[in-house]
Amino acid sequence: METVWEWFRWLDKAHGIDLSVFYDAGDRHRFLMGFLTTILLSMTCLVSSLAIGFIGAWAQQSRFRPARLAVGAFIQFFRNTPPLVQLYFFYFAIGGMLPKLADASGMASPMFGSFFWAAVSLSLFGGAFNIEIFRAGIEAVPRATIEAAESLGFSKGQIFRLVAFPLALRFSLRALNNNMVNLVKTTSLAYAIGVPELLYVSAQIWSDQLNTREMMTLLLFSYVGLVGAMVWGMHRLERALRMPGYGQ
Amino acid sequence: MILSPSRRWLLFLLLASFALSLPHEALAAPGQPGILASLLKWTPLIFKGFLLNLLASVLSMALGSLLGAFLGLAQISPNRFVAKSAWAVTQFFRNAPWLVLLFYTVLLIPFEIRISGGSIPLPDTAKAILGLALPVMGNVSEIVRGAVQSVPSGQWESAQALAFTRRQTLWMIILPQCLKRMLPPWMNLYAVLTMATPLISIVGVEEAMTMTRAALAAENRSELLVPMYGMLLVWFYLYCAPIAAWTKRLEKRFGVKA
Repeated sequence: METVWEWFRWLDKAHGIDLSVFYDAGDRHRFLMGFLTTILLSMTCLVSSLAIGFIGAWAQQSRFRPARLAVGAFIQFFRNTPPLVQLYFFYFAIGGMLPKLADASGMASPMFGSFFWAAVSLSLFGGAFNIEIFRAGIEAVPRATIEAAESLGFSKGQIFRLVAFPLALRFSLRALNNNMVNLVKTTSLAYAIGVPELLYVSAQIWSDQLNTREMMTLLLFSYVGLVGAMVWGMHRLERALRMPGYGQ
Repeated sequence: MILSPSRRWLLFLLLASFALSLPHEALAAPGQPGILASLLKWTPLIFKGFLLNLLASVLSMALGSLLGAFLGLAQISPNRFVAKSAWAVTQFFRNAPWLVLLFYTVLLIPFEIRISGGSIPLPDTAKAILGLALPVMGNVSEIVRGAVQSVPSGQWESAQALAFTRRQTLWMIILPQCLKRMLPPWMNLYAVLTMATPLISIVGVEEAMTMTRAALAAENRSELLVPMYGMLLVWFYLYCAPIAAWTKRLEKRFGVKA
């Protein structure tokens, strides 16, 4: 491994291509932590946006009209406003309104950090799209299947949980993949509120080492690699869960 | 425009939250203007920034669509090498985060270009517009490819039987049929782009987001945070929601899925 790192040091010396994240242990650690933070943030947002999608799609099926309207308004709002402004709204406006807590050293510190707000804001953003996607999936479930479940004595809730949703999930997998990929790309916005994710640490490194060109390129390829790996994985999942008799 | 129930509800919520913030007017410390007065005071400045957002969205869309159309046509080229490389370029720009592409163009393009003595200055705004145009290009390319491939192959074959050349077939038979299919996803992309324009504030363009933050910094009053950011959200909503609604109507009419 050391020889590989040394090769990058040579690359810097001989050709002026300064990829400090490879030969400098400190930068390497920073970059790696940034990468992990991006993955952690992505995972958190993916899981919670799916949960929001599930709950929202369920509430949209409800007979209680205000619940349906509330979900509709939620989707309208989050789909049609800029994610960056949403993020600032949550972090500065909502986060600023919450009472401050005293931390270990007695200093007043905000109740939640930037990672928390990035996760909340991006999950709601992704979740709003997931509700729509799941709803389209639920609409694609054949009426006869629901009726069959009804005649077997399933309750409305059971039908949603055990019959309609699992089928809808498989119908909507393709649209869901697109949204999930989009969500992972959107995590780079967390840079704006100082979450130490991939873009943020890269910006730190290029301002320390003055190797903007190299770092930007590495960053771009890191993201494309990350998203590419995800697209590939989701594609396999899509194929594995493909419903026989539908699509090609 | 007739409002859908959920949109009416959202409007109600917004008005209600606005009404709830009004009692603060009475609570404002003596000698300090109320929230409404402060909002009104900053509105012209922030709105000017908002117009820059819209201008950037239109210019990026125009540039991105132009580049994307060529890239998309290259993707369906009979030349395998051209098709493969266009595919790779498309995937690259589609899969890279918008903000990262924006940083890339703004930080790495020089502030002026020298051509035979004369120099063309490149302000940050121009570079930011180019930065937003790149992901638009990737997405438009995919829209074009998808639309062309959705035309039944019988159309190609009958054109060939009528002795149309490939270029004639594409321009006179295939593309006119595609336009209808491309419109909804293209409009959707425009809405997404408009909602991405606040990103250019991060790279130093003075648009609505920058202005809002500057106004908040100047006022330095925490009770203004929610109304100010809220106002910006409402503006974007009012601009983007009708586009989204229109897109949905077109999708239904043309029977295409986004």
